[in-house]
Amino acid sequence: MPLVELNDFSFKYYGAESLALKKIDLTIEEGEYVVITGPSGCGKTTLCRTINALVPQFHRGYISGNVIIDGKNTREHTVAELSSIAGLVFQEPENQLVTLNVEKEIAFGPENLGVEPSEIRRRVEEIIQLLDIEHLREKHPHEMSGGEQQRVAMAATLALKPKILVADEPTSNLDPQSAEVILDIISSLNKRDMTVILVEHRLDLVSKDASRIVLMDKGRIVADGPPREILAQDICQEIGIGVPKATLVYKRLKEQHGIDLGSIPLTGDELAGLVKEASS
Amino acid sequence: MIMMEDVHFAYDGLYTALQGVSLQIDDSERIAIMGSNGAGKTTLVKHLNGLLRPNSGRIIFDGVDIKHYSVAELAREIGLVMQNPDHQLFLDSVEKEVVFGLKQLGFSEDEIKERTERTLASLGLAGLSERSPFTLSGGERKRVALASVLATEPRILALDEPTIGQDARQKEKLAEMLMGLNEKGRTVIVVTHDIEFVIENFPRTIAMANGNIIADGPTNSVLSNDKVIKKCSLTAPQLTQAARSLHEIYPKVQERLTLLSELENEIVRVLGGV
Repeated sequence: MPLVELNDFSFKYYGAESLALKKIDLTIEEGEYVVITGPSGCGKTTLCRTINALVPQFHRGYISGNVIIDGKNTREHTVAELSSIAGLVFQEPENQLVTLNVEKEIAFGPENLGVEPSEIRRRVEEIIQLLDIEHLREKHPHEMSGGEQQRVAMAATLALKPKILVADEPTSNLDPQSAEVILDIISSLNKRDMTVILVEHRLDLVSKDASRIVLMDKGRIVADGPPREILAQDICQEIGIGVPKATLVYKRLKEQHGIDLGSIPLTGDELAGLVKEASS
Repeated sequence: MIMMEDVHFAYDGLYTALQGVSLQIDDSERIAIMGSNGAGKTTLVKHLNGLLRPNSGRIIFDGVDIKHYSVAELAREIGLVMQNPDHQLFLDSVEKEVVFGLKQLGFSEDEIKERTERTLASLGLAGLSERSPFTLSGGERKRVALASVLATEPRILALDEPTIGQDARQKEKLAEMLMGLNEKGRTVIVVTHDIEFVIENFPRTIAMANGNIIADGPTNSVLSNDKVIKKCSLTAPQLTQAARSLHEIYPKVQERLTLLSELENEIVRVLGGV
């Protein structure tokens, strides 16, 4: 059974004049790392909100079709019921942090789900180690940098032991090195068995880790497949998403100069490696 | 022209956000301010329009110390778009957000209408003018905040992280609009982590770390400096990484900031015989 299943799902926010999601069919299996991308306003955030039932339980509106998360239809299950299946991390960590120090922040979620205190203590320690935030333990969230806040927001989400981590542009406010720290954590969680759904515009940073890219435009899924396959397609430039520059160079060499490097690079180093191979 | 002279600032005296910043910004410049989270970039731009006032040091605008001006007076000359659009948007339609600033500045009805339509179209918001900003996506809300300030065409534009949440096409549109305003003589200052956006559009870069300016000069030279890249928590763009890696084998390929067409031509040259 797939972990995430959207069947012919459409959604229109209450009061909006057009559909935010149009006839979405999407299946995600356990262990995948799926990057969702597409032009600003194409429905990426709305899609994230369907995974933990924020749509339709909190954000109301017209719906048709079904969303089944780990066997639960989100029409019939609350956000609280889904909180231990799908954990959401948002773009702005400040909007998500509610307590006065990191330990309390991590404990807050499981406390509200009625988890045993001894188990909560165990999880807090485990997650502080996992995300390497021992030095932040006693700190107030507002004394932290954006990157530190984002790590704490992720820790608080992971404390709920979700099967799926849904992260909606978690690095967009961060400097590139802090962003890489967060993306490395996400990638290592995925390797440890976490299913990851990540919304991101900066495909140069995430394509190498992802197993799959889902490309959206105007509320629909317009392409879905392995990163190298998707990013080399013309549709990416047609709808205006940020294809990694190394991939663009590959395409221009092939189309303008008849030079085929043999495989599609996603990073600068991969591009340089392919050029070296081709010349030897 | 704006001059900052040895500006110090500390939030609530807790820690020092600016530790003696001096700089000069001439009319019609395009400048990027880069640096890691917490380097003092936002604190610096908030000083330009008087939202923050220095603890010590001076800020001189066209020869006059800005301590003599109110924020409202400075707002006529200097438009600031904040990092988080939700701190800026407060009306119930996109159009009203843009019209509001223009009305405050006393433009005629016709001028307000023309500018609003033109700005919304330029930023890909034309179809959303009746919508409440609250119902828009993060990237769209950011563009509404940008539109509300860009429409007023202030002499100096200071934009804090304008490319957050924007796809490649919207970034291009924004860059076009900023170039257009710059050609009309407006000064454009951006705070950003987006190194490709800077290389493509901003000739001068000011790099900050720990409340100090650590480098200030032509973008090409500032961002070719590995120490600056490291201290600003930046990563070299893909094209530069590729150029560096190729340079090790083909010394003729220059290891520096590179535009896509340049690297493409270099590779064609290297593989010329293939």
